[in-house]
Amino acid sequence: MARRESKLADKIAIDMTPMIDVVFQLMSFFMCTLKVVTPEGDFNVRMPMAAAAAAAPDDQQVPPVRVKLSAGADGSLASIAMNGSAIADFEELRRKVISLVGADTGPNSLAEKTEVELDCDYSLKYANVVRAITAVSGKVQGGQIVELIKKIKFTPPKKGGS
Amino acid sequence: MGRKKESEVSSTDIDMTPMIDMTFQLITFFMFVMNFSEAEQDDRIQLPSSQLAKPVEGAMESPITLQLTNKGSIVYAGEEVAVADIGAYLEREKTVMLESGKEPNAATVIVRADGRSKTGEVQKIIQTCQEKGFERFALRAQYDEGQ
Repeated sequence: MARRESKLADKIAIDMTPMIDVVFQLMSFFMCTLKVVTPEGDFNVRMPMAAAAAAAPDDQQVPPVRVKLSAGADGSLASIAMNGSAIADFEELRRKVISLVGADTGPNSLAEKTEVELDCDYSLKYANVVRAITAVSGKVQGGQIVELIKKIKFTPPKKGGS
Repeated sequence: MGRKKESEVSSTDIDMTPMIDMTFQLITFFMFVMNFSEAEQDDRIQLPSSQLAKPVEGAMESPITLQLTNKGSIVYAGEEVAVADIGAYLEREKTVMLESGKEPNAATVIVRADGRSKTGEVQKIIQTCQEKGFERFALRAQYDEGQ
C-alpha cells in the first residue's frame, strides 16, 4: 500500500498549469477564428465564343428560349419577357418553361437540348439574373431538385451604361 | 514549511481530468469546423441567393476566382482591380495554363458577383474571359434553404 501511495503522489506532482494554459489559448484561438460559412453553390455555364457556337448548325437544334430582363432606373427588375411575350414574375417564367419543354428532363429530351438566352439590361442588378437562372434551370419538388434547362447563355453585353 | 506543503497538496487534489477531456474535445471540434478552403470568401461581396445553388462537390479543375463587388471592381487574388484591367491578369492565367500543358478552356472561372452589382459588368467579365479562351464559368450563389 505504501508503494502505491508514493506512485500516486508522483503522478500528481506533474505540473498541469502550462498545459492547461496552452490548451485554453488554443481553444480561444479556434473559437475566435471560427467563421460561420453559409453554403454556396454554382451554376455551371459553358459559354464558348459566339462565333464558334454559330459555326456548328445542327438539324436537331431547338430554337433558344429568349428571356429578356429589363431594368428600371435604379437597376431593379422592371419587366420580364419570354420569346417576346411579357411575364409577370419568375414563377410564371418557370411554369412557361415547363409547359414549353415538358416535364421530361432525361437524356436527349427537349429540356436537355433547349437553350436559354438571357438578354439583360446593363444596369440590372445581378441578383435578378441569378433568380432568372434559378427559374429556368430547375425547381425544388419535395426537397428534390428537378433539373430543367441546363444550357444557359448571355447575349453579348450591351454598350453604354454608366 | 510543513503547513505550506499541505496547502499545495490540497490544491492539486482537484481532479483535472474531466476538464482537460472537455477542453480537448472542444479544441478538436473547433479545428474540424474551421475550414481553410473557404479563404476565398470575401466580406465585400454579398452573393445572391438561390435554392438551386447546389454545394460544390469536389475540387474544380484549375479554378480562377473573380469576385465582383457592388462598386464595380474585381477582387482578384486579394487585390482590387478595375473591370477594364482584368484582361491583363487573365492573360497571365492563360500563360500559366499553357505552360503547364493545359488549354484555357479546361479551367473554370468562378464568378462570385455581388447581388447588387450590374449585370453588364458580369457580362463584361465573361466576355473578357471568352476572349482569352476561357469558356467554363461557374456563377456562384448562396444556397438558400427554401422559401
